[in-house]
Amino acid sequence: MTYVWAFIVGGGICVIGQLLLDLTKLTPAHVMTLLVCSGAVLDGLGLYEPLIQFAGAGATVPITSFGNALVHGAMAEAQTNGIIGIITGIFEVTSAGVSAAIVFSFFAAMMFRAKG
Amino acid sequence: MATMVKQGVKAKAEFKKMARRHVPKRPVAANVIKAFLVGGAICLFGQFLNQIFITYFGFTQKSAGNPTVAVLIFLATLLTGLGVYDRLGQWAGAGSAVPVTGFANAMAAAAIEHRSEGFVLGVGGQMFKVAGPVIVYGTVAAFVVALISQLLKLL
Amino acid sequence: MPRIGKQTWEFPSRPVLLSAGSIVGPKEGEGPLGQDFDAVEEDMYFGQDSWEKAERRFFEQACEIALKKVGLSGEEVNVLYGGDLLNQIISANFAARTLAIPFVGLFGACSTSMEGLALAALTVDAGYADYALAATSSHHATAERQFRYPTEYGGQKPPSSQCTVTGSGAALVAKTGSGPRITHATIGKVVDLGITSPFEMGPAMAPAAVDTILRHFEDTGRTPEEYDLIVTGDLASIGHKIAVEMLEDQGYYLGDRFKDCGILIYDPDQEEVFAGGSGCACCATVTYGHLLKRMLRGELDRILVCATGALLSPLSNQQGESIPCVAHAVVIERGEES
Repeated sequence: MTYVWAFIVGGGICVIGQLLLDLTKLTPAHVMTLLVCSGAVLDGLGLYEPLIQFAGAGATVPITSFGNALVHGAMAEAQTNGIIGIITGIFEVTSAGVSAAIVFSFFAAMMFRAKG
Repeated sequence: MATMVKQGVKAKAEFKKMARRHVPKRPVAANVIKAFLVGGAICLFGQFLNQIFITYFGFTQKSAGNPTVAVLIFLATLLTGLGVYDRLGQWAGAGSAVPVTGFANAMAAAAIEHRSEGFVLGVGGQMFKVAGPVIVYGTVAAFVVALISQLLKLL
Repeated sequence: MPRIGKQTWEFPSRPVLLSAGSIVGPKEGEGPLGQDFDAVEEDMYFGQDSWEKAERRFFEQACEIALKKVGLSGEEVNVLYGGDLLNQIISANFAARTLAIPFVGLFGACSTSMEGLALAALTVDAGYADYALAATSSHHATAERQFRYPTEYGGQKPPSSQCTVTGSGAALVAKTGSGPRITHATIGKVVDLGITSPFEMGPAMAPAAVDTILRHFEDTGRTPEEYDLIVTGDLASIGHKIAVEMLEDQGYYLGDRFKDCGILIYDPDQEEVFAGGSGCACCATVTYGHLLKRMLRGELDRILVCATGALLSPLSNQQGESIPCVAHAVVIERGEES
């Protein structure tokens, strides 16, 4: 059943993105930024984790989950190390996403040529 | 001397209205459907990957997200390098841009494109050209949200 | 007096468009005008290791083709007026280095072709050059890289976008010889009616084209019927419709004699052409390849080519500015044999 919800919720978040792209003057960068901030805010309100439980990859794959993961990392560190933990903890949890992107992009630049 | 075409404030407003009539409306309904299908499919694929990592590699529900995202990013980078992702993007719009694969495409596209300026200044210096805002605002938003949330706890 | 009216130059000696060269990329070669270009280069990299170096080669080739047709060498050309879309017009600069012709760099965005041709004709008419070359180039990938996104980025372009033409067009102007004649040029003013989106270049440029065309008729006292064809550079399908409406509002019904190079160069069924072609090479290659051939075949006697340019930069756009545009028009007539 999670599969069905993964499809629907994931698709749904993309629909929100598409509507923003088509109906407003926002550029893709603006829309992604908005979505990532929304993920952060929703996690702050305690709403993103339940969404992940419910929709699995439908909530962890869209870019909104970045915001969620960043807040999680910050809050987890803050629990153990006080307010300074907010800064030290932010990148604890998202390292997979950002580092994977950096490393793979670098190798891609070595192997591929832009095709225009 | 004045131009033959009027450029006053009123003329500009009228022109904008007239131009609006000629600019074709974006096919919003079709775009939304395509975005839903592709975005949903990518997330569905992610869900499969999640299951594989949990069942065969001993990850938990919580920790399976990391390798799943890593695999998706790898595939998106590969498709970008092969020159396929941009075509998918034109068709799927937000459906391929919103999932983390879109983030990977933005990074990989910039890295590949700027190789002609060298590996340090080109690939290194320009890699975050398109995806930078996401990282900056994600971090800033997380900081603010966590700060507010901690301060509220203290009250 | 050589200046007539407010913005139009008349060239009493009627300089000759002695020869022209046009070279395009694969997409343009597959388009409806494919057969009319002097050369089609299938490799977008033109054997070079960057897009920018490729664009330079296109520029050099167009000039070399034009010179070769009349057996002239670069040594004999007195001035090259050249420009392109890139920062510091590097394609023109580096091509000028190779060609070793006294060089005047221009920036008129997509209006560079006629801006250059007008100046070349002026220079020859006034006796400062026996031979003057006017050339310009554009490249889809270099324009994407500079003005929009990396070429492999999966962003979705709206239907009002245009496709930058890859290619280059060059024209050699001389005092005597056989060929079409350049009789007038109308230098445009910068017009800005407030369009801000770089995905709506056609609509942004339409007012400038209309302004220059109206000024041309006003200055010369001519009517549209005295031209077989009036063609804009790259308004593409949306901008062209807007221009038609603006001209009709002023009482000018041009009908079938009013066309646009951005619409002519591609077939709407070709992949990702959206509203049509754009880029400096759009007007240049269509004029120097297709339109001049039509003139040689006797199908056109007198044409008005109005190249349109959007004078924005990525920075000005990010700072919230609208898009100021300019259009320059040149009259080309079929020559008497001389």
